[in-house]
Amino acid sequence: MESLAQWALDTAALRGASYADVRVMDIRQRDLTTKNGHVGSCSESESLGLGIRAIVNGSWGFASTDRLTRKGVESCAAEAVAIARASSLAKTKNVELAPEEAHVDAWQTPFVKDPFRISLERQIALLLAADAEMRKVKGVTLAETMMQFRRIEQFFASTAGSRIRQMKMQSGAGISATTFARNEIQKRSYPNSFGGQYTTQGYELVEAMDLVGNARRVAEESVALHAAAQCPEGERTLILEGSQLGLQIHESVGHPIELDRVLGMEANMAGTSFLTTDQLHRLQYGSEIVNVVADARLEHGPGLGTFGYDDEGVPAQCIPIITGGLFTGYLSDRETAPVIGLERSGGTVRCESWNRLPMIRMTNVSLLPGTWKLDDLIADTDDGILMETNRSWSIDDKRYHFQFSTEMAWEIKRGKKTRLLKNPSYSGITTEFWNSCDAICSREYWTLWGTPNCGKGQPMQGMGTGHGAAPARFRNVKIGAAFS
Amino acid sequence: MNRKHIQKARRTAGPAVATEHLPGAAELRRIADRILRLSDADETEVWMDAGADALTRFANNTIHQNLAEKFLTISVRTVFDGRTARATTNKTDEDSLRHVLAASAALARSQPRNPDLLSMPGPQKYPKVSRYFEETAAATPHDRACVVSGIVNQCAKAGQTAAGTFSTGAVRSILANSRGLFAGYQQTKAEFSITVMGGAGSGWAKENSPSITELWPERTAARARAKCSASAQASELPPGRYTVILEPAAALDLLGFLSYDFSATAVADQRSCFNKRLGRKIFGSNITLWDDVCHPLQLGVPYDGEGMPRRKVPLIDRGTPRNLVYSRAAAKKAGVKPTGHGMLLPNEWGETPVNLVFAGGKSSLEEMIAGSERAILVTRTWYIREVDPYEKIVTGMTRDGTFLIENGQFGGAIRNFRFNQSLLELLASVEAMGPAVRSTGEESFDMVIPAMRVKNFRFTEVTKF
Repeated sequence: MESLAQWALDTAALRGASYADVRVMDIRQRDLTTKNGHVGSCSESESLGLGIRAIVNGSWGFASTDRLTRKGVESCAAEAVAIARASSLAKTKNVELAPEEAHVDAWQTPFVKDPFRISLERQIALLLAADAEMRKVKGVTLAETMMQFRRIEQFFASTAGSRIRQMKMQSGAGISATTFARNEIQKRSYPNSFGGQYTTQGYELVEAMDLVGNARRVAEESVALHAAAQCPEGERTLILEGSQLGLQIHESVGHPIELDRVLGMEANMAGTSFLTTDQLHRLQYGSEIVNVVADARLEHGPGLGTFGYDDEGVPAQCIPIITGGLFTGYLSDRETAPVIGLERSGGTVRCESWNRLPMIRMTNVSLLPGTWKLDDLIADTDDGILMETNRSWSIDDKRYHFQFSTEMAWEIKRGKKTRLLKNPSYSGITTEFWNSCDAICSREYWTLWGTPNCGKGQPMQGMGTGHGAAPARFRNVKIGAAFS
Repeated sequence: MNRKHIQKARRTAGPAVATEHLPGAAELRRIADRILRLSDADETEVWMDAGADALTRFANNTIHQNLAEKFLTISVRTVFDGRTARATTNKTDEDSLRHVLAASAALARSQPRNPDLLSMPGPQKYPKVSRYFEETAAATPHDRACVVSGIVNQCAKAGQTAAGTFSTGAVRSILANSRGLFAGYQQTKAEFSITVMGGAGSGWAKENSPSITELWPERTAARARAKCSASAQASELPPGRYTVILEPAAALDLLGFLSYDFSATAVADQRSCFNKRLGRKIFGSNITLWDDVCHPLQLGVPYDGEGMPRRKVPLIDRGTPRNLVYSRAAAKKAGVKPTGHGMLLPNEWGETPVNLVFAGGKSSLEEMIAGSERAILVTRTWYIREVDPYEKIVTGMTRDGTFLIENGQFGGAIRNFRFNQSLLELLASVEAMGPAVRSTGEESFDMVIPAMRVKNFRFTEVTKF
């Protein structure tokens, strides 16, 4: 990898790049699924390639290749320089990067069990066992399970002298039971919907999930939802369970704080952000108990947004985003940090693969835990709804108006969970919602949830992001608009 | 963007999308044949994609991201005594080819035997579709930058800000198996998308074609600019049910969410909205839909994940969902012929149509507007997600050009809405349609689809901006 990177950088510099950086990435992925007792997907992929960015005449160019000969790499670097020159035909100002010293280092996800060394028979057997357990419940029409493992070995080098080697391991698994009855489809998932829970851990994550032990409950809940009452509409007190709150954080905090988005760089696709730069250190984003950080460091946890260095060679950091409710930080990179007067990038740049442009991505954007025990929180709620596990999500192109629905909910009356509710949904405005937060559960209930497939950019690329959350309560939330 | 435009824009001999590095069909076949000879599996299948894509992205009237990639994907499936699995690599050296075969074999052997696994198909005949244009493949970063430069300068002069993309690309694909099947396809594609912002207003437009000479970025940009200008001041209407006029892209992004529901496997799994509804007239008589990869306005490979030729399938006939698409396995279970829509094996999803063609109507967009007493014109639908899978309720937002129409005239821009709308109800409520055109959106795949005027469309919330 080092030789490839050096050839690329040398070529870029010779051809006139004032700055260039290279990522050589070797990505291995395994996908296993079952459906109704049969193996579905059973595949492995490997992809090795190189991507180079170059600044020429104050503009960016990027090129990538998997032709990893000297000729192929030099040609790719030359292409990046030519593309940068073309970019300068439509330029309003030169790209200026926040300074970053050169780093020479190596980092690795500290996993315990390499999932690629666990036998396929054992992994498939576990999935089939969970699948079978779900199908024992009468009424289940579809039992689905999945596992996914991804290992990224990468080498970063820049014309500034950085040479950083990293290995990141990512694991994920989950199960779901779908039921069709009385012209209605219901679904329950564990540990989370849309594929399950993901972290930067090894196979120990899957073992800790106890998929088989939770399978029957998941199936029974899916069946039970058909007899449940429709979630009522109106303005109510809402308690969100951790995984749903994690997605709420992702959509209504994580995305609006991406500084490239704020500065208009994503306008054609995902839109802009209501968080204009004049609101930094001014906007009361949430109530005083709301504290959010973007923390890529290992000490925050093995989240999907945990790494040693970002993909432009900046070390992982903890950025305070919301502090005592006040908006205090963006996700920035070396190009955008100077625009808001930051002396250094926030270290949030990543790319999905060698053939994708590195860009600002959420790291682990987490709501810090509070002090409540969940039982006490419920007991303290006179009239509310507790919603669990995401089913749908949608937000406008400024990240202001959102709507979510979940797989199930419980009505809370006079401090007790009473009836099961189906088809729950809620909607709101980002800042009104976060300012209505009046209780957050403690670290005992805090989980670093993983969103493995956050989409951004053109061409689109996916990325894993982490979101730590404990259940929390919000007042006067509009419930039920989706089904009204 | 005709040939004269390309020649005029080409000032220097900058690098093309680098199709000179794109492996030819013969080279791809040579690699596939090598893999098939090396394999000791009962059956072996090789799918290969070789491509070169380039995209010039702009925002704030500046080209801020500009990229090119070359890729080669080699995907190998092996079968051992009723067990099958897939492994993928992008390396072509002998050791890597052996490694990918071994990886596929190890995965296959690790599974329980599948008694329903079919033998691979033998040689097939394919429709001839030609969608490769040299001028698209040869487009350079300079070509794209010149076009973008002209457009953003116009926006800047008008006090508007442009963001968008101009991309060109080429791909060659082959599929070969140990039973003698061989299929090949190549395609180019050029695409231009733009969002123009000014004050509180915004407008969006997008177009694509396999031939860059059929693109007209300046005209597309002008449409977006006009919508931006027209939406500088927006009034607020209350949520409720309205007649809407969906431009083709807006309709496409909504109705794309129906595509997998036409899968025979989805119906068998009871997760399709057509479960218990096939053969019943549930839509308006003006709704006819089919899947047809050979339609002159369509794109994409004319064969499926197993190499079966994609057949034209009438999905909805004058309001009645009549047919599904079938992979070979689903077809065997149902006792019908496969339609050539299966996904790469192994998978749990079965099949899906990807070349949807709607029958259009006779009303132009202008006529639909002129004939509307009160309606909302929707340019773009956004962040669409499924809320109810059986009633097929989807939620999302309008965006970048939402206008009130009153008594056949533009009544001004209005603030955007959130909708929660059943797609089944939508297709039962189409009052008028324009001619079906090639359209492209952001939430679903390209389609041939008309603009539609739909009554009782459900807006549940209005934005505060």
